[in-house]
Amino acid sequence: MSASQPFAKRGETQAQTADMILRLLRVARGAGVRISVSESIDAFHSANAVGFNDRQALKDALTLTIAKTVEDKQIFEQCFETYFKRENTALGGKMAEAGRAPDRPQGAQGEGEAQGMDGEGQGAASSLGQMLLDNDLAGLAAAMERAAEAAGATNITLFTQTNLYARRILDRMGLPELEREITRLRAEGNAELADRLARARAVLGEQARAYMERQLTLFAAGTTREIREGALRQVNLSQLDRRDIERMRQLIREMAKKLAERYSRKRYRDRKGVLDTRRTIRRNMAFDAIPFRTVWKRERIDKPRVMALCDVSGSVASVARFLLMFLYSLNDVLADLRGFAFSSHLVEVSSILSRENSDDAVTKILEAVGFGSTNYGKSLEDFSGLALNKINRQTTVIILGDARGNRNEARTELMAGIFSRAGRVIWLNPEPQPLWGTGDSDMYRYAPFCHQMVTCNTIAQLERIVEELLATARR
Amino acid sequence: MSISLEQKIPNIEAIEDGLASQGYISSRQIATALFLSVRLGKPILVEGPAGVGKTELAKATAGFLDLPLIRMQCYEGLDESKALYEWKYGKQLLYTQILKDKLGEQLRDAANLDEALARLDKVDDIFFSERFLEPRPLLRALKEPLGCVLLVDEVDKADEEFESFLLEILSDYQVSIPELGTQVATVIPIVLLTSNNTRDLGDAMKRRCLHLHIGYPDARREERIVATRIPHVQASLLRQLVHFVQSLRTQDLRKLPSVSETIDWARALILMNAGQLDSEVVHNTLNVLLKFEGDMTSAGKLVGEMTHQALREAQGMAAK
Repeated sequence: MSASQPFAKRGETQAQTADMILRLLRVARGAGVRISVSESIDAFHSANAVGFNDRQALKDALTLTIAKTVEDKQIFEQCFETYFKRENTALGGKMAEAGRAPDRPQGAQGEGEAQGMDGEGQGAASSLGQMLLDNDLAGLAAAMERAAEAAGATNITLFTQTNLYARRILDRMGLPELEREITRLRAEGNAELADRLARARAVLGEQARAYMERQLTLFAAGTTREIREGALRQVNLSQLDRRDIERMRQLIREMAKKLAERYSRKRYRDRKGVLDTRRTIRRNMAFDAIPFRTVWKRERIDKPRVMALCDVSGSVASVARFLLMFLYSLNDVLADLRGFAFSSHLVEVSSILSRENSDDAVTKILEAVGFGSTNYGKSLEDFSGLALNKINRQTTVIILGDARGNRNEARTELMAGIFSRAGRVIWLNPEPQPLWGTGDSDMYRYAPFCHQMVTCNTIAQLERIVEELLATARR
Repeated sequence: MSISLEQKIPNIEAIEDGLASQGYISSRQIATALFLSVRLGKPILVEGPAGVGKTELAKATAGFLDLPLIRMQCYEGLDESKALYEWKYGKQLLYTQILKDKLGEQLRDAANLDEALARLDKVDDIFFSERFLEPRPLLRALKEPLGCVLLVDEVDKADEEFESFLLEILSDYQVSIPELGTQVATVIPIVLLTSNNTRDLGDAMKRRCLHLHIGYPDARREERIVATRIPHVQASLLRQLVHFVQSLRTQDLRKLPSVSETIDWARALILMNAGQLDSEVVHNTLNVLLKFEGDMTSAGKLVGEMTHQALREAQGMAAK
């Protein structure tokens, strides 16, 4: 839309502008901007305050009210631009061409039109036909908008619905009358005018489809994504499609960001009943140090120190990949994070993970560990050698594995050593609980040495576990 | 009273002009934010890198609207008694001592203990009255008869508890003092909160505010800013130095030079009588722009090239 055109037509009523903003908000939500109800109300107030005639001002105002981070601002501004890119530019040109008679002088054309209209008699020329012949772009655009609204075009969710909705729009704009008119014109021998209308009709159809495609990108993006993400959260990680990995990574990054936001500040917890003498005296200095206001000792909740041991063999590998990815996206909120990977033996992979991007990292880790058959006993031994003396009460040890050690020595005494030193030992098993302890699974032999054992094979479970880890971090 | 404030700024342009009259070159977005803040009575949360004029915006706003500026610097451990109000305990104590005889006189002819207590109750109200109240910035801002500009600086440095405490004031412009009841703002103040992003503020806070992000200005605005601050700078030098800083900001540095650094640098260049940029002058004064050793060395290598480029661009601008 060019700057010279008024942003919203004067005739547009309050309700229409309100609708417009509501739709815009839906678009923004679909694109991933978080907008609360109170913010939507504010959006209306701001829009009313700056008015609808200055497009830049409206954009600024809405951006200020709705988008609360720099990224959100960029997304929102883009939404705003897309949303208001109406059809009167690109297709408008074509329309004008189609509507014009090919090789007639301007004056004669006008005459012909007039004749054609007159020939039809009162009200015979449909208003749609008239607009097409007059090349009334603004009128057509407005009519299409109205028709789209009546057809519920914003409810589109699937691309297969594009044609259906386009047809509905055209019907509501008066296509049937137009078609009857064309037939009649041909019957009356006014083939030229009929041809012109037919050409214009074709372009109009194209325009309606383009309109619906735009609606689809605007309104369906959010829904489709929500559905997909909802599904992805529940999908079993070992059965993840390759094409979903990138999306999953994105999802993990978002989750990690959310968690990091919540837990990145310094957190304190009151130690009830222990007086902080120094600060009590300071605060009550104005009262002659008579303790009117008591200050209780608080303890700082430290960021958790995490050691993650991941089985990278077979089906566990895919879960390990996401656990490590998750933990390393949370680097800011963890005080100390060490990653270990094992299958036949165990190696530390912290440096690989912090250096490489996650995709390369997983490949490198697999190279480092090799694909031997899993040996839990040997791996625990390696781990004890590497890091046992670094484990203290602040450390949470997360072990991810199916505990299927191929009938090797389980070395539960090493596990006991870890258990006695660590603040918390969490065992994540991708297998569902009924399978624990069956076959060569040593799960229940390790069980006495874990504070918590959970099944973990979806992102949703992973998120819950990591959140719990952050929330209950020890002193 | 708020009507007159709205009259003072009938539209966004008026704010731009007003800020400019205070020597603050705003962008359209900044002006829009202020406009909305006054119209909707909502606080503005200003974020952006250090030195782009977040605090300055509050000062300029107060200046052109002719309102007092009340500033509250946040820090870890800031609490209600320092932000809102405190009882002047010393004064209360002193007055009780002085008025001891008077009190004794009053109570002497009390028939019984109950009556004496009833009389004391009245006295108690005297001692916990506004006379003995020490208003701190937030309460002062609410009580300012003509309204004011309240600047809550670096709100990200305050504790989470304090942030939640601010919410009541920011959404309703009122606060409850147990002894005195609810204190409502005489005139809704213009509230600006600044944050340097040392931590993310809570969603509740962000929801209640207009969110204004002030980034580094583009070359044109930066030129105007420097020219306003240092009126006697030569036009050609100004263009060159701004272009240099702009291209410096595209480099991968630990701390990018901000507008305040540009201004300092311009001052330094003028002091050194530099008519135009050249590699040597830039090398000698680079420490005004860059604050880290690592940045100095990495940028130092590029100085020659960037100076040339800045000169060329400035030339191009002048030719247009």
